[in-house]
Amino acid sequence: MPDPVPPSPVVSAAPAAAPETSRRGAFTPIPLDDLDRAILARLQGDFPLSEAPFAEAAAALGCAEATLIARIERLLEARVLTRFGPLFQVERMGGAFVLAALAVPEERYEAVAEAVNALPEVAHNYRREHALNMWFVLATETPDGIPRAIAAIEAATGLPVFAFPKEEEFFVEMKLEARV
Amino acid sequence: MSEATRVAPAGDAAAPVLDPVLDPVDRRLVLATQAGLPLVPRPYDAVGEPLGLSGAEVRARLTRLLENGVIRRIGVVPNHYAIGWTANGMSVWDVDDARVAELGPLIGSLDFVTHCYRRPRRPPLWPYNLFAMVHGASRDEVRAKVARIQALLGDACRGHDVLFSTRILKKAGLRLVE
Repeated sequence: MPDPVPPSPVVSAAPAAAPETSRRGAFTPIPLDDLDRAILARLQGDFPLSEAPFAEAAAALGCAEATLIARIERLLEARVLTRFGPLFQVERMGGAFVLAALAVPEERYEAVAEAVNALPEVAHNYRREHALNMWFVLATETPDGIPRAIAAIEAATGLPVFAFPKEEEFFVEMKLEARV
Repeated sequence: MSEATRVAPAGDAAAPVLDPVLDPVDRRLVLATQAGLPLVPRPYDAVGEPLGLSGAEVRARLTRLLENGVIRRIGVVPNHYAIGWTANGMSVWDVDDARVAELGPLIGSLDFVTHCYRRPRRPPLWPYNLFAMVHGASRDEVRAKVARIQALLGDACRGHDVLFSTRILKKAGLRLVE
């Protein structure tokens, strides 16, 4: 079955001057067409739990099963997608998730980043503009892993960790449509 | 820091963590799928094969994990920088404690806010108790959205800040280990 989604004007998947850079270096932009955008808009959840889920999802998108599989593969390779599959909620598995921050002296920033990132409990880590200039998320399989990880970071860096456990969750839904 | 352990499941601050503990087969299923689903026409059959599970059993277990919230959703997970959301600002607000429970859901319902939580203050360095992550295609767009939050909070807000991220130092996600 041919792919009925018409090609659209080619746009870059990443702006030329993204203000953020990752350690892995520059992101290589790839062109996204209407089918890619439809996949990004409509397949962030509700991937079918049927025997042949790609065929079912492809029918809804108006493309062939093999086309959908190939597109997802390409979007993963180009790092437009970070993953494809189930998104787990740590707390519901008995684990814990805590946002924490450090005020890192500029001259020690790289060494502290390396020490913090070395801990497997550190899931994300971002540099931000504030006196508290390093913000990371600790994710552990059990709640008692959090204070252990905090103690390990304090021991490795000599800096006090400011922990910001959530006290109430008003909203979480990381579903953003493609802007490109 | 004992307060770091005060982590409750989503939407229910009073309940102790955990109703659905993973049974050993669930755990193996999480391990087998946390890096992603195989890109083959029958991915659930492929996941089950090395585990000695039928595709139907895999699907039944994943359905249950979705229903009880262990899985938030199944699908593509975009790199949000790659799809045009290149500016993200962590907006933080010092909101009257008597009004934060009423205002938090209002801010969380804005379509450009992806996460919204009440968190503890750390005075004097950190007077803020409400966090809302705001995404945009530029810093100006984020600032304009932050101004809308400020208008909604009105006189319940005593101060705020926006912390832009300038570099991703690590992005791994949780991994169970065998």
